Amino acid sequence: MNYSIIRYILSSVICFEGVFLALPAIVGAIYGEKEGTIYGIIAVICMLAGFAGRIRKPKSTTFYAREGFVCVSLSWILLSLVGALPFTLTGEIPFYIDALFETVSGFTTTGASILPSVEELSYCTSFWRLFTHWIGGMGVLVFIMAVLPLAGGSNMHLMRAESPGPSVSKFVPRVKRTAMILYGIYMVITIMEILALKIAGMTLFDSVTLSFATVGTGGFALLNSSAASYSTAVQVIITIFMLLCSVNFTVYYLLLIKKGKEALLNEEVRYFFIIVFVSAIMIAINIRDSFGNFAEAFHHSIFQVASIISTSGFASCDFNLWPEFSKAILVMLMFVGACAGSTGGGFKVSRLIILVKAAKNEITAAIHPKSVNRVRINQKGVPDGTVRAVLVYLAVYVLIGGISFLIVSLDKYDMTTNFTAVMTTFNNVGPGLGAVGPTGNFGGFSVLSKIVMIFDMLIGRLEIYPMLVLFVPGTWRGRQSA
Amino acid sequence: MKIIIVGCGNVGATLAQQLSNEGHDITVVDSNEKLVGGISDAFDVLGVVGNGASLNIQREAGVDNTDLLIAVTGSDELNLLCCLIAKKAGGCHTIARVSNPVYSKEIGFIKEELGLSMIINPQMAAAREIGRLLKYPSALKVDSFVKSRVELVVYKIPENSPLCNVQLKDMDRTIHCNVLIPVVERGEQVIIPDGNFELKAGDEITIVAPAENTIEFFKRIGVPAAVTKDIMMIGGGITSIYLAKQLIAMGVKVKIVERDPVRCEELTEMLPKALIICGDATEKELLIEEGIRNVGAFAAMTNFDEENIMLALFAKSISKAKLITKVHRIAYDEIIDSLGIGSVIYPKYITSESIIKYVRAMRNTIGSNIETLYRLNDNRVEVLEFHIRKDSPVAGIPLRELKLKKNMIIGCITHKGQVEMPNGDSVIDVDDMVILITTTTGLHDISDALK
Repeated sequence: MNYSIIRYILSSVICFEGVFLALPAIVGAIYGEKEGTIYGIIAVICMLAGFAGRIRKPKSTTFYAREGFVCVSLSWILLSLVGALPFTLTGEIPFYIDALFETVSGFTTTGASILPSVEELSYCTSFWRLFTHWIGGMGVLVFIMAVLPLAGGSNMHLMRAESPGPSVSKFVPRVKRTAMILYGIYMVITIMEILALKIAGMTLFDSVTLSFATVGTGGFALLNSSAASYSTAVQVIITIFMLLCSVNFTVYYLLLIKKGKEALLNEEVRYFFIIVFVSAIMIAINIRDSFGNFAEAFHHSIFQVASIISTSGFASCDFNLWPEFSKAILVMLMFVGACAGSTGGGFKVSRLIILVKAAKNEITAAIHPKSVNRVRINQKGVPDGTVRAVLVYLAVYVLIGGISFLIVSLDKYDMTTNFTAVMTTFNNVGPGLGAVGPTGNFGGFSVLSKIVMIFDMLIGRLEIYPMLVLFVPGTWRGRQSA
Repeated sequence: MKIIIVGCGNVGATLAQQLSNEGHDITVVDSNEKLVGGISDAFDVLGVVGNGASLNIQREAGVDNTDLLIAVTGSDELNLLCCLIAKKAGGCHTIARVSNPVYSKEIGFIKEELGLSMIINPQMAAAREIGRLLKYPSALKVDSFVKSRVELVVYKIPENSPLCNVQLKDMDRTIHCNVLIPVVERGEQVIIPDGNFELKAGDEITIVAPAENTIEFFKRIGVPAAVTKDIMMIGGGITSIYLAKQLIAMGVKVKIVERDPVRCEELTEMLPKALIICGDATEKELLIEEGIRNVGAFAAMTNFDEENIMLALFAKSISKAKLITKVHRIAYDEIIDSLGIGSVIYPKYITSESIIKYVRAMRNTIGSNIETLYRLNDNRVEVLEFHIRKDSPVAGIPLRELKLKKNMIIGCITHKGQVEMPNGDSVIDVDDMVILITTTTGLHDISDALK
């Protein structure tokens, strides 16, 4: 384990968090809020601490997979611990564990809140809350890689540990350039949404912050009613951008370099949209009686489907009151999640495709024992190692989900609430059903349940292994071995 | 620059690492998924799995806007096809590795007609390197610069040498010979010495001087510099053939020990002047019978690294022959060097070095002024040859007034074809060639060497 390089990278993370925290301080200054100074002070402390940690260059640049995992998970934990401070220090979320829950929920783009009412928050706190989605959406270390020169081989291990999906591919030979392209696309989408919302009649503050929450597929809202009281136009814009951001960003890169044909052939994206539209139509038929006409029912159903499958978690109406069939579809979509290489969470459509195809191959092998099969995606063979990794991922995923559900069940709520609360945090969605439905919040859970869910959110965002690696003693052994 | 490397073997991996470290965007292509995965894990490069000669795969690797394609797979024909397709599809520069001796005479034609920028023949390059080493039997490594007018020789100071305990500034007086010692390796340390530096037995010194001075130098310190009279080679591979041809032309008696009778027939066919012995070189008796005790040089060049090392160790124990050991694969350079088996030849480094030289020269047109580059002492020392252009900040200033950075030294200056060993009064002019020796890597222009 190379501790010096981890120290160095973590210091960079803190430094950048200081830069990020300066933004709400500026917002506070614009609106003349005293809370802004607290953000400013923390920002300065972070930057100083980060600089101090970066003065000494790492002793060795040895960087292997385990350093990558440890670096990424520690960065996210550190980021959340520090990011929660201003909530507590401004007194807006007095209890630190609550503040931590809120911050982790922000960075992991979950959008589950412990706040009963978000409308009383100061502008700078609102801004910071929604801005954490944007930071977490594409990943902090990816951002740092785009900006800072890091030691040669370390980049790929970091990127692999932080980016969602069964296998990570670079667009161009250099990780740094890839990270820059990713953030470039991300920013363009963000700006497009800000403009769209502005044209639809929102204030600048609302459109900027709401765009952060949508593009990061987060789900924190500015209003207690989430997105329900916005105009139809705004809801449509949000729906479109939620879907856009759940698409694998490789597709945008392919479009950018004018390889549109390859982009259209992307199987994962195709299946993703099939799932979205089939679910939306089924729900629309199911709920058509509660709305005036089919179009309105479809509008709400596709908003909800997009919101859940992209793991954002906005609500255009209280879907907790919908019929069981519709709720069942929504809960299933929580598991599916977005595409790999997007800002969304969940199990990922590509993993699902690999699972289904692997299952199909097993059945073929049962009928023709000597047949040789291979799982193919985008007309390319998937290495057996990847297929196996997906199967193991499923097993660990179920196991962690189960254990968390068991612990949360100690709490006072009913089964639906507990189950969906765990699933919605684990998959980084946001709202669940029952007491944690779109109009409810997570404030009533015990401290133990909240800590479990904080872990679930982090584990879900980083796709299990990086966090679990922290708990394996072997990770920490062999100081400065190489 | 954007560079595609087809073939992820020894040479491909070495190239990917070095070129990526020098800041190029590297894409590696190989049909072996594991090799591609290994390289793209270890270095910051993009990997593409597939047949490098397929247009689709090349497109996927971005041949359309690449600057250079290097084909270093194990197959000559595949390499040539890769280059041909890349040339037609992407219009980029291409480098192919072609090692079959059958093509070696036609290399000019192939290069010209297929529009290749460079063809590298690893075996021939290795043989040339060995040939150079044999010119100075006591040297560990020999390189030449400025179209072979200046030579760079690495020599290990033995006990009781007149060089022991001599300060560099006194060397002119004691040895009466004008050579430059820009690099000294003492134990693990690599030192760029100044005038007060005192040489000790066991130091590995690098000597830079015109060829005639070097021979003179070795004569003065009591080391015979004559070309070896005879050589025993173990293994009749392609390198051995190239080397034998070269040595026979120099008048050296060549004896090749080869195990395979069929191969022996072929060797006699190809090398009528060489003595071919059919036998197993791992048999001690055979080697002794064939006169290993009194041979001038001994080259272990079988295809097995372990066997080569053992043979060299044996030869070292029994004779005073100049030893040459060929190592293909093994990555434990430090350990091999510590065995004291004389000059070790790594064909993969020789190949990658020549290619990197070409890449540097190619980049040269885009801003840097490096003509050639040599790496010494485990790549810790770089020897750079610069072409001084107009407006260069070093032109017209006496050397003693040039403020060079630490660990830099001007090795020699070539002024209108005349090699000059520099002293404080030497002045660099426009259009001179200057050799700079440094432990700082990554220089692009001689102005980078100034404070």
